[in-house]
Amino acid sequence: MNKESGIKENIFLSTFLAVKEIWRNRGRFLMVSLVIALITLLVLFIAALGEGLGNGNREYLSKLDAELIAFQSKSDLLIAASRLERGRLSSIRRVEGVGDAGMVGAASVNLVLSETETPLKAALLGVEPGHIGEPQVVEGSQLSTDLADEAVIDRNTAIQSGLQVGDMATIRVTQGTRDEIYSLRVVGITDGQQYGLQPSIFSPFFTWDRVRPKSEAEVNGAEAVGNIILIKLMDGVSSEAVTSRLLAQVKNIDIATVDSAIQALPGYSAQQSTLNTQGAFTLFIGVLVIGGFFQIQVLQKVPQIGVLKAIGASNKVVAFASVIQIVVVTAIGVLIGGLLALLFSLTFPPTVPIVFNGTTSLIAIVALLLIGPIGGLVSIRYAVKIEPLKALGLSS
Amino acid sequence: MNTTQQNYALQTEAVQKIYESDFGTIRAVDGVSLQVKSGEFVALVGPSGSGKTTMLSILAALLQPTSGRIVLDGQDLANMTEKTRVSLRREKIGFTFQANNLVPYLNAIENVELMLRLNNRLDKAGKMRAEELLARLGLGERLYNLPGQMSGGQQQRVAIARALIHNPSLVLADEPTASLDTERAYQVVKTFAGLIHEQNRAGIMVTHDLRMCEYVDRVLLMQDGKLTRVISDEVEIRDFAKGVGD
Repeated sequence: MNKESGIKENIFLSTFLAVKEIWRNRGRFLMVSLVIALITLLVLFIAALGEGLGNGNREYLSKLDAELIAFQSKSDLLIAASRLERGRLSSIRRVEGVGDAGMVGAASVNLVLSETETPLKAALLGVEPGHIGEPQVVEGSQLSTDLADEAVIDRNTAIQSGLQVGDMATIRVTQGTRDEIYSLRVVGITDGQQYGLQPSIFSPFFTWDRVRPKSEAEVNGAEAVGNIILIKLMDGVSSEAVTSRLLAQVKNIDIATVDSAIQALPGYSAQQSTLNTQGAFTLFIGVLVIGGFFQIQVLQKVPQIGVLKAIGASNKVVAFASVIQIVVVTAIGVLIGGLLALLFSLTFPPTVPIVFNGTTSLIAIVALLLIGPIGGLVSIRYAVKIEPLKALGLSS
Repeated sequence: MNTTQQNYALQTEAVQKIYESDFGTIRAVDGVSLQVKSGEFVALVGPSGSGKTTMLSILAALLQPTSGRIVLDGQDLANMTEKTRVSLRREKIGFTFQANNLVPYLNAIENVELMLRLNNRLDKAGKMRAEELLARLGLGERLYNLPGQMSGGQQQRVAIARALIHNPSLVLADEPTASLDTERAYQVVKTFAGLIHEQNRAGIMVTHDLRMCEYVDRVLLMQDGKLTRVISDEVEIRDFAKGVGD
């Protein structure tokens, strides 16, 4: 038997032994697969929750076509804490290398649905029509002018409020000491653009400045004030060079990349690291569960492995058989868990922040598939070390 | 190796197995020389601690002797690498053990075919031979039964079939009747002896049950690690088995 055919024969024999053992003890192995399925379900849901919550926070920012964001200096890159007068916009647009810049104002409003329904809390974002920051509509039209009483709503707002293109969106805000009601015509609907875990409504910047919640002092303020300025660079321009120029030419601003701004979103990093830690711990528990099961299994099979070795089965055959069993049991568990996760995800309302992102789920599934072999390493090593003489009680 | 040696399937010369312990040197096997021809069924008997199981383990290539030669089919077991010993066990030796003989998740026919699979010799003819062998051992109706669904005697017969299916040069049996009642024990050993003679294998059975010696061609008595007596005469063997021998 040459080396290659020897390996092939070993794999065939190991597969035969592994599959027979699983099939003839399917109840026991299925139980372990089901435990793995539950771990899979948990890991996928934690990953989906992380994605959903993260998405709810960063969706608008992450979909922007901007490279840089200007904040008020010393605002710690917190959008809500940053205040920039609209006059800064022209200063920024004049800086060499800046292709486009758009002011964005963010506020939270109540969207009045009907007399009987609880108002929907939404993010009201003031954007510059035709400039960066205005999301592309998938239905209807873009905002027309800076002053129009128009709104573009995101898909989440549309689903949760039932508003359609052409409807009037009624928002209730507090300005000074008074509650004010404003109506904006919905002209378009965008894809998901959540901001601060809220569905969003986009209006032209000056309209936004007029209808947004204001303090008593702001009610009579002369100049429109937004929160941040989004900056799109000209093609082929270095972002470091433009950042330096912006900081030199425009006073009292800080410049951040979109990624830094996302990381600086209130609670975002803490939330993501908490969920990632939970996911990692669940995977670790999976490693222990699988490791424990296969270790007990090997301990119970010592005489049987002893017989196999005594009659001429090599360590490779014994080890391959263990690996195949672990991989099959884990794969079945992950498959069941994945299907259950898919099934459950279909039953969740859109308001639940659970998003099964392909990449995140794939990473979780690969990690889950690896926990079996990792957990089973000790048992495989133990199986290989079994001495047939001792296992069969023949040693003196 | 001379011509006389070549006639033996198995030959050992001054085999020793010495253990060092806190209580001193233990000579588990002490200078055992024996020869077994093809077609010969030999019983290795002796009191507990006489070294017969250690000797069997050495013959099975499961244990390295301290010194001496063990030649099976012209190959010296004493100086083999572990890998070669595994191959030798797979190709040249057939085993039945006292208990835990069979792989519990394989049915009777699969357990027997396992030896052919291990040797990469499982083909249609091999499958038929396995079926025929089991049928001859009275297990024609039990081919697809798992070990847990068979009695101890039936399991031992499956183990015998597994020990013979790959045409080994040497068949070793360690207390094959230990868990059987007398009637079944006689049946198993008789069948075993018959197949060894018929298939022209060299067979060695370790047993503490002297009655089972009735079916063997030679009895080797061990005591304190040494071969103390050899009984070859048929009448003497019968008497020994009946307990009338000295």
